[in-house]
Amino acid sequence: MIVKSSTRSTQDSAVKHDCTHCSLPVPTGLVVPDRVEQFCCGGCEGAYDLIHSSGLGSFYRMLDGESASQLKLDVDAKQGFAEFDEPIFHDKYAKAINDSESSVELAVEGIHCAACIWLIEKLPSIRSGVTSATANWAKRTVRVRWRTAEVSLSKIAKTLSDLGYPPSPILPNQARDLWKLENRRHLTLIGVAAACAGNNMIISAALYFGMFSHMTIGMAGLLRASSCIVGVLALLWPGRVFLKSAFNAIKTRTPHMDLPIALGLSVGTIAGSVNVVRGVGEIYFDTLSVLIFLLLIGRWVQFRQQAKAASAVDLLYRLTPQKTLKLIDGEAHETLVDLIQIDDLVQIRPGDLFPVDGEIVEGTTTADESILTGESQVITKIVGDSVAAGTMNASSIVVVRTTGIGQQTRISKIVELVEQASTDKPEIVQWANKIGGYFVAVVILLALATLTFWMTVDVEVAIDRCIALLIVACPCALALATPLAIAAAIGRAASERIMIKSGDVLQSLQQPGMIWLDKTGTLTEGQLKVERWYGDTSRVDIVATLQRTSSHPVAKAIVQYRESCWTQTEFLKSVPLNTDGQCALEARSLVIDSKSIPGKGVRGSVGFHKLLIGNKQLILESGITIARRFECIEQRIIDAGLSPCWIATDNSITAIVAMGDSLRSDAQESVQHLQQSGWRVGILSGDHQQIVDRVAKRLGIPPKQAIGGVAPEQKLAAVNASSQQGTVVMVGDGVNDSAALAAATVGIAVKSGAEASLAAAPVYLANTGLTPIIDLLALCKKTSSTMRINLGVSLTYNVVFAGLAFAGFIDPFVAAILMPISSLTVVALSVRSGKGNRSTIRPATDTISEARS
Amino acid sequence: MSVLYIAIPVALVVALIAVIAFVAQVRNGQYDDLETPAHRMLFDDVEKSNQDEQNSGR
Repeated sequence: MIVKSSTRSTQDSAVKHDCTHCSLPVPTGLVVPDRVEQFCCGGCEGAYDLIHSSGLGSFYRMLDGESASQLKLDVDAKQGFAEFDEPIFHDKYAKAINDSESSVELAVEGIHCAACIWLIEKLPSIRSGVTSATANWAKRTVRVRWRTAEVSLSKIAKTLSDLGYPPSPILPNQARDLWKLENRRHLTLIGVAAACAGNNMIISAALYFGMFSHMTIGMAGLLRASSCIVGVLALLWPGRVFLKSAFNAIKTRTPHMDLPIALGLSVGTIAGSVNVVRGVGEIYFDTLSVLIFLLLIGRWVQFRQQAKAASAVDLLYRLTPQKTLKLIDGEAHETLVDLIQIDDLVQIRPGDLFPVDGEIVEGTTTADESILTGESQVITKIVGDSVAAGTMNASSIVVVRTTGIGQQTRISKIVELVEQASTDKPEIVQWANKIGGYFVAVVILLALATLTFWMTVDVEVAIDRCIALLIVACPCALALATPLAIAAAIGRAASERIMIKSGDVLQSLQQPGMIWLDKTGTLTEGQLKVERWYGDTSRVDIVATLQRTSSHPVAKAIVQYRESCWTQTEFLKSVPLNTDGQCALEARSLVIDSKSIPGKGVRGSVGFHKLLIGNKQLILESGITIARRFECIEQRIIDAGLSPCWIATDNSITAIVAMGDSLRSDAQESVQHLQQSGWRVGILSGDHQQIVDRVAKRLGIPPKQAIGGVAPEQKLAAVNASSQQGTVVMVGDGVNDSAALAAATVGIAVKSGAEASLAAAPVYLANTGLTPIIDLLALCKKTSSTMRINLGVSLTYNVVFAGLAFAGFIDPFVAAILMPISSLTVVALSVRSGKGNRSTIRPATDTISEARS
Repeated sequence: MSVLYIAIPVALVVALIAVIAFVAQVRNGQYDDLETPAHRMLFDDVEKSNQDEQNSGR
């Protein structure tokens, strides 16, 4: 049944009916006369009946028109959800709450408005046996609790699906649970710290006004004691975080930015407590509580950002399919991939991704393994060959015996690699931390100096200034300056399909240097085209017939050429109606046999004709002599910057095809742009030197920097040679050029799958062409200037205020307010840099939310 | 003004209770999802009228 039909256009204009469920127009054929309710499809009718019979008709009143049209069901009604009842499913996803009840978290599609949440949470009244259903708007999930004896989970799933919210299970994710706990911990601490800070401010306000209105000594003592209690609570509960990390820093003898904070807090608390007992002198508890509160907020912002980065990596797991067909006694049953175990047999249809690592036990097919290997050509797989999860079954149904699942698969190992790499600290962050470390040591020495210096004057003043100095000189902003800018930049890049693995990239690309570009796909369209056919055109049809069986770029180009020619009458005229011509027309019904010879071409036969299509080497190896005439043509093709492809029929050469890859429309402009901004642009390509020369000439790249015919090893040598002159950026294939990518200052991988590429290079471009490279360079320039400004601001800030505190111009309370302001300045600067001066089309709001969350 | 000698400690105790309640609610998961409840509350009234409808319908 169903669905995305363009009902609007097909419908009769005479009587218009809108679907009662989804408000879309009902096709005329489906209009039932004399009825109030009209439905555009069976799915809508089913959902409407279900909702109405459960007495939830008010659902439709809550909908506004826009969200109603999104209700259109796109659900496979036949889906049985039988796998939801398997015991192994329950072990994996569901959790028994008590003897009779279980709960499960399901991801649901189709939640688009508040009314949907209402409807889903009414599940208990629709399907008896369900105790509760709690929807989560942000995560698009629903947690269902049900009595296992009364209703099966598959029925619940079916009900959800009938309502228009097809569910799928979510594996309990340890990282997500940990994140939740951590987030709760942060919130608790912030809440408690806020309460302490607020109460202490009120108490100190009372004390302050008391000074003018002759407060009794007893009352003042009570307020001071209260402030002390609240302050000590703030220090020992939320403030413990700082004490703990400072203690660890002392233990490992590495200066940490929490050290001065902890020292300041401790000194303040001790001095304050002493003064409370003595009954005279400054108490610092209000200052300390506010400080703790503000610092914790900063920590929380940082934590949220890290969590966001982590969840982006988590997404890579979604590369493998969720469902598959499992063979039980020769029959295929749809089931979840997570339920497949080693040695299970799974059936994979053409066009599907392999869900598991395995070995083919039945059938022959071709696999597209580009996500793992970057190899764009499909690979033939016969019985006994191994296939990898995440790769695609390109041609026919096969049965695979499972050898690796989940974490054991090749793809998940690559994902792990990316995850590991993403925890590395970029150089500039390390630098900032190192500076921060020295700074901490200096601040502590300075505080000691302050203490001893002013001690000679007055103990009170000495403690006052010492605390003010410790607080105001804390290098929090310094520690925040770089990670914040980097996180904002990486997030922004990712939304433009530029994946950056390490923050170092942002810094390395700020200064122009040498950039080696890959020709195919970056400067050119990346798709071969037949530019000219030298020789006997009557053979085009036979050749194309043979090539139809292959997905090699050359084959595709020839097939495309044949199709475009067929429509041209002139070409038709040129086909002589001799026996060959006849044969060409009959070709489709003839026996085709082909065998590809990797790196050389294809050998095969169509009908009675033996065909050879490939490079010169293939022709020579087959013992065919090449006439002088064809040598000349070959030379002419190469001179024109195109690639020759030889075609031999029945052991004699019949044609040479000139294949070319046309330049991208934006290539010239982009190369000029790069050159104007100071980059030296070069081409490193495996293609013929003449071809590369021609492209270079058209793009205005000096011939010395256009190197063709290079193998991956030679690319490495070229990169190494130019790396002595400064920054080298290498743009290349993530797998074949991995050595050169690694040797470059910054390797930018294109073409190959994201996983494999990120293993080899710190940057992966999902979009081809030069525009993403220019975007990346602009982003890097912007980000590094932000980082420099941030570092400058925070360092100046700390140095100036430390000096002022030493001289006694700042008292502890002012210090406590000034200190977080420096962090806020840095945050504001980072957000601003994400917003302004964008070279690309992207809404500014995204950047802000990324920087903040 | 001597009532303050009792009022201030009482206020502190009340504040402490509030803090404890807050911590308990955070641990309860009250703050895990801040978006859905905002949508859920919009329909409280409709829900009631719906129940009426249900009752009268049966």
